[in-house]
Amino acid sequence: MKTGLTEILSGLKSLFAGMWITLREFFKPTVTVRYPYETLKIPPRFRGHIELVRDAATGQPKCFVCKLCEKACPSDCITVEGIKPEGARRKTVTTYRLDFTKCSLCGSCVEACRDGAIRFSREYNLASVRKEDFIMDLFKRLEAQQLQVEQSEAAANSGADLKPVQPPPPTATPPATPAGPKPCEQTVEVK
Amino acid sequence: MTSLSHILSTEPYRLLIALAAIMAFVGLNAAYLVWVERKGAGRFQRRPGPTEVGPAGLLQPIADALKLLSKQLIVPAGVDSTLFRVAPMLVMAPALAGLAVMPFSESLAARNINVGLLMIFAFGSINVIAIMLGGWSSRNKYAIISAARVVSQDVAYEIPMLLVVITMIMLTGTMNLNEIVRAQAGGFWHWNLFRLWTNPLMPVTFLIFFICMLAETNRAPFDMAEAESELVAGAYTEYSGMGFGVFFMAEYANILLGCSLATVLFLGGWQSPFGVFSGLIWFLLKMYFLVFSVVWVRWTFPRTQFYGLLNLSWKILIPVSLFTLLLSSALLKIMPS
Repeated sequence: MKTGLTEILSGLKSLFAGMWITLREFFKPTVTVRYPYETLKIPPRFRGHIELVRDAATGQPKCFVCKLCEKACPSDCITVEGIKPEGARRKTVTTYRLDFTKCSLCGSCVEACRDGAIRFSREYNLASVRKEDFIMDLFKRLEAQQLQVEQSEAAANSGADLKPVQPPPPTATPPATPAGPKPCEQTVEVK
Repeated sequence: MTSLSHILSTEPYRLLIALAAIMAFVGLNAAYLVWVERKGAGRFQRRPGPTEVGPAGLLQPIADALKLLSKQLIVPAGVDSTLFRVAPMLVMAPALAGLAVMPFSESLAARNINVGLLMIFAFGSINVIAIMLGGWSSRNKYAIISAARVVSQDVAYEIPMLLVVITMIMLTGTMNLNEIVRAQAGGFWHWNLFRLWTNPLMPVTFLIFFICMLAETNRAPFDMAEAESELVAGAYTEYSGMGFGVFFMAEYANILLGCSLATVLFLGGWQSPFGVFSGLIWFLLKMYFLVFSVVWVRWTFPRTQFYGLLNLSWKILIPVSLFTLLLSSALLKIMPS
C-alpha cells in the first residue's frame, strides 16, 4: 500500500517535471533554419562537384589539359579536351565534361591536378529530374559564371546615380566573351 | 428592432440560431485548434510550425479544409456502407449536442436544462460507439483492432470520470450547469477546484477528470485508437476526404466540449477569478488554457502502452476517484453547509 502510494506520487511528480521541461522549451526561440529563406554557412571543406579555377592574372582557366584528372578518376567521369593555340606556350581547355552521375566525390582528380586548376565547388542545389543535367561541361559553366559576374557588375554600374560610383573592376577580368574557341584567341592576345 | 429580437427569441428561431452558432463555433474552433496544435507542436520542439500559408500560417486550416473537401470520398468494397457513412456524423453530433447546454456566460446558453450534466454524458457515450462503428464497418484489420481498443479504453475511463462527476453533483447539489457555475461566484477560492473544505482532494479530482477527458477524447498519450505508428490511422484508416476530416474535427470538438465541461465543473465557468467583471471572456480564457494544456500534454508524453493505459484506469484512477467520492460524501455528512 505504502510503496504503491509513493510510486503514484513519484510518478505524478515526474509527469509535472516533464511538463515543466516542455513548457520551458515552448518559450525559447526556435532553432529552425528556414531553408529557402535562410541558408547555413557552407563549411570551407565542403565537397560539391568539381569546378575549373580561373587564373587571377589572365582571367583564363588554369587548366592546360594534362589529363591527369581524367586518368586519376576511378569511375571515368571526366573527359577533358583542349587545343594548343598558335604561339601559346601551353594548351587551353575547350571542353571539360564531368559525368556527375558516376562521380563519387572522392577528390582524386583534385589531388592529381598539378596546377590547382580544379577544386570542389560549393554547389549543393543539384536536384533535377533529367539525367542530362548531371553531365555538365565545366568549361561552359565557368564561362557562364563569368558572364553573370560581369552582368551584375554592369547592372551595379548602370545604377550609379543611386549608389556611390564604384571604381572600375580590375583589368584582370576580360570583357564578356561567348563560349567556344574564342577565349583561346584571347589567350594569344594576353600572352 | 425589438420586434425582430422578440421573434428571434421565440422557439423555433432561437433553436435554429443556437444550432447555427454552435456549429459555427465548433467548426471554427476545430479548424483553428488544428493550427494551434501544429503551432504548439512546433514551439514545443523549437520549430516555427506552419508559416507558409498566410501570415504565421493562419490560412493553413482553410487550405487543409479545401484539400480535404476536394478529395474523393471513397467507400471501399466490402465495407458496411451505411455504418461507414454514418460513423463520422455520429462522432461529431454528440459534441454539438453537448455544447447546447454549455453555459458560455450567465445568459449565453442554447438551452438551460436541469439535467445538463447528465445530457452531456448521455450523448458523450455515443462517441465511443461511433468510433467503434467506424472501425468495425471499415473491414480493415487495423480499424478493427482500433475499434476494440477504443471500447476497452473508453469503458475503462468512463468509470472514473463518472465517479468524479458524481462527486461534483453531490457537492453542488445540481446537474444544471448554469447553477453549478453560479455557485462558484465570488473569486477563485470559491471555484470547485479550490473548495478544499468540502473535499481536500479536490485538485486530485480535477486531475482525474482531466486525465479521463484526455482518454475519452482519444488524445495523446492515450491515443491508442489512432496509434499511427502501429495501426496506420486506427479506426480512420479507410476514410478519405471529408469522412476523415469530420473524424478529425470531431476530435477537436470533443476536446472543446471536455475543456468546457472541466471549466464549468472546476474552474468556475464564466466567473472571474477576482469576483468582478465576470463574463464570457473568462470562460473562453479558462477553456483555451485547458485546450492549450491538452496540446501541451500531447507533446510532452509519449503514447502509453495499452496495458499501462488500462492499469492506470483500473488500478489507480478508479480507486482514487472512489476514495474521493467516499471522502466527500463523508465530509458532506459530517459538516453540513
